[in-house]
Amino acid sequence: MKINNHLLATVGAFLMLVSCGEQNQSSNGALSSSAAEKVYVAPGEQDEFYAFLSGGYSGNLTVYGLPSGRMFKEIPVFSQFPTSGYGYSEETKPMLNTSHGFVPWDDAHHPDISQTNGELDGRWIFINGNNTPRIARINLSTFETEEIIEVPNSAGNHSSSFITENTEYVVAGTRFSVPIPQRDMPINEYKSNFKGSLSFISVDPEHGHMDLKFQLLMPGFNYDLSHPGRGKSHGWFFFTTYNTEEAHTLQEVNASQNDKDFIAAVNWKKIEEYVNNGGGTKMPANYAHNVYDEGTHTATTTMNKEVLTVDPLKVPGAVYFLPTPKSPHGCDVDPTGQYIIGNGKLSADLTVHSFDKMIAAIEGEKFDGEAYGIPILNFEDVLAGQVKSGGLGPLHTEFDGQGNAYTTFFISSEVVKWKLGTWEVIDRKPTYYSVGHLMIPGGNSRKPFGKYVVAMNKITKDRYLPTGPEMEHSAQIYDISGDKMELIYDFPTHGEPHYAAGIPADILAPKSQKIYRLDENEHPNAVKTPTDAKVVREGNEVHIYMSTIRSHFTPDNIEGIKVGDKVYFHITNHEQDFDVPHGFAIIGQNTSELLVMPGQTKTSVWEPKQVGVWPFYCTDFCSALHQEMQGYVRVSPANSNIALKWSLGE
Amino acid sequence: MKKASLLMIIGPLFLLGLYVFPLWNIMLGAPQYPDPLGLNIHISGLQGANEFDIQNIDGLNHYIGMQTLPKPEDMWEFGTFPQIIGIMVAIGVLIGLLGYFGKVSYKWFIGWFTLMSILGVLGMYDFNEWLVDYGTNLDLNAIMKLTNPDGTPMTYKPPLLGHVKMLNFDVTSLPSIGAWLMFLGMMLTLTAGFLGWKNTKKQ
Repeated sequence: MKINNHLLATVGAFLMLVSCGEQNQSSNGALSSSAAEKVYVAPGEQDEFYAFLSGGYSGNLTVYGLPSGRMFKEIPVFSQFPTSGYGYSEETKPMLNTSHGFVPWDDAHHPDISQTNGELDGRWIFINGNNTPRIARINLSTFETEEIIEVPNSAGNHSSSFITENTEYVVAGTRFSVPIPQRDMPINEYKSNFKGSLSFISVDPEHGHMDLKFQLLMPGFNYDLSHPGRGKSHGWFFFTTYNTEEAHTLQEVNASQNDKDFIAAVNWKKIEEYVNNGGGTKMPANYAHNVYDEGTHTATTTMNKEVLTVDPLKVPGAVYFLPTPKSPHGCDVDPTGQYIIGNGKLSADLTVHSFDKMIAAIEGEKFDGEAYGIPILNFEDVLAGQVKSGGLGPLHTEFDGQGNAYTTFFISSEVVKWKLGTWEVIDRKPTYYSVGHLMIPGGNSRKPFGKYVVAMNKITKDRYLPTGPEMEHSAQIYDISGDKMELIYDFPTHGEPHYAAGIPADILAPKSQKIYRLDENEHPNAVKTPTDAKVVREGNEVHIYMSTIRSHFTPDNIEGIKVGDKVYFHITNHEQDFDVPHGFAIIGQNTSELLVMPGQTKTSVWEPKQVGVWPFYCTDFCSALHQEMQGYVRVSPANSNIALKWSLGE
Repeated sequence: MKKASLLMIIGPLFLLGLYVFPLWNIMLGAPQYPDPLGLNIHISGLQGANEFDIQNIDGLNHYIGMQTLPKPEDMWEFGTFPQIIGIMVAIGVLIGLLGYFGKVSYKWFIGWFTLMSILGVLGMYDFNEWLVDYGTNLDLNAIMKLTNPDGTPMTYKPPLLGHVKMLNFDVTSLPSIGAWLMFLGMMLTLTAGFLGWKNTKKQ
């Protein structure tokens, strides 16, 4: 035994010497830095990248650091969020208005960061609500949702929310085709009666406000994912389709029969020109446009009643179909804009189309028939190459800017690295398990930051300590700076991340806002100085105009409230110091607490149902005297004559 | 004597920097204030190193019963100091000009320097008096009444010069650009006096 150990030690030492020798020639030797060192961000230090992971069915957007995998924030977007009062406060309730009424939840899928000249500019991040079709815009200096626009004539808003390379448009395509306009009709008359809408929402270059400029009404296929052309293909947008069979039932079988579906290539510049010259048909519609104003800290809803629709056949040369095998899912465009990758999810191979060949085929009019009048290009004429990966179920592809592409394979649970142009597979690494999207910061722009790739998985199983049947989804971080990918970290995410977007920290961190200025607070119910605090009765509505500062509310004793009153607490936080929010909660509140940032005003409605003296308090541990930050409201019987009275320190 | 007089003209002009730059600076750093709070003391009033620092310093100090920081109208010094500096600059430049034209001797240079030094010391004395009052004249109903190990009530006078640890805060008090410019200008006038004296000896 002893001899064996000695022997092993000697062999071990020999191997180490060999490794050290190799180390001098190659950076991938045994002594290269460990995975732990690569992801370790020491206490007090900060991450290199922000990563914005969609929350899927949480309806929200989560903010992480790379490479540490630490979560910094959950940004409420499409879902009510009791933590801050988003969707509960009077100011933010309008954000969740739709033509279907107040919809306090959605399924958030594909975040995309605004770009200028095809590079990330970090002004806003957009994300789609899939279920009740909506697009949201989030300000990347406040990290707050500022705008949500509903998308009419859409259902399953999935091939969204991808932006063009100067943020001219945020594009939203429908996954489910529906009758347009909606009407009462038999489901089995789907074929040739249903339509798929592709919506081009313009983005104001100054303040980012969205406006539904036009909707392209396409044949009734499922428009699954999309990406913009960039560089040479700027002006085009590409959408994968499936269910070109136009099945309306048992789609898992009936929508999987055609050997090839299409990638729809849309020349949006051409359609924009057509529309700008008065083209298109105005159609009655009803959709909500909710805008949050940072000055008034308040959102308002406008219902829009009309949408401009475009029939693709009316704009010759605007839309073509590129045959793409096996119900393609992801539709990705490389940083040069030359290659359009169709990830045929029921296949082992990837289909790569060439933009140059597509243009040549269009110019040569090499068509292979048409679908509902839209020309179909010949598959061989547009094909750049096929990646024979050996994997199963390709879903999504991102790029590192070094001529490599990285594709996720859902069925075989792996990320495959391959070379653009030669289509050879360079490396493959397992994921844990069943990976959906992957993300390289800037990986769908002209300028990716190809240092890490994050793989977001659909199945977690045994990766972490078990937490009962329901678990958070897992994600893995790979170092892609070398030839071979290296798995360096594994972390749980929140909700179900679909796509994500990453950006270098040095673009966002310096402009992250610390406070809201009280002197710029234009909320009509703000209290600018504590002496303005007051209580006003208007019938059975009582408005309490209250201010907070460490560590008291002004006023903190209120009398004269009656059972049956509707009491509005308008709370203004007078702090002007970074990271000093105050919270507000009162017993029996039927909504949620408020978390009021410095300089901000928020309103909570309270409808007292019982006589008594009821406390309210600050919910955010704001200071050493936080526990003292409380007050009382006296609630008298409905028929009492107690006068309104309010005070502090009396 | 011409060179000395030129120095005597230029030297007092450096004091004009006090109208732009702070005289003194007090920084307060704490674990929860990685970006420290700061107070710039100008001859005409107090300013936060960052926009809301005064409000935030007052907010913290109310726990231990300190007075709020004075506004310009609360202290006569902020009205008088700018006038005194203005008068001293005018007198200094005038002495320099008169020296240049041979109307006064180098002794006037040294005289100006001496007067300015006395005023400076008086100013420092006054500033220290305010610091003492600010740090020790505490509200009897203060939220937190802390005592030293020997049982005496804790006071919070910021240092006139240097660093002290005060509760969770590191307080550092140092002359700022205005003071350094004043120091440089006064040294120039002292040099002017010295050159004038050497000049007289040569003759």
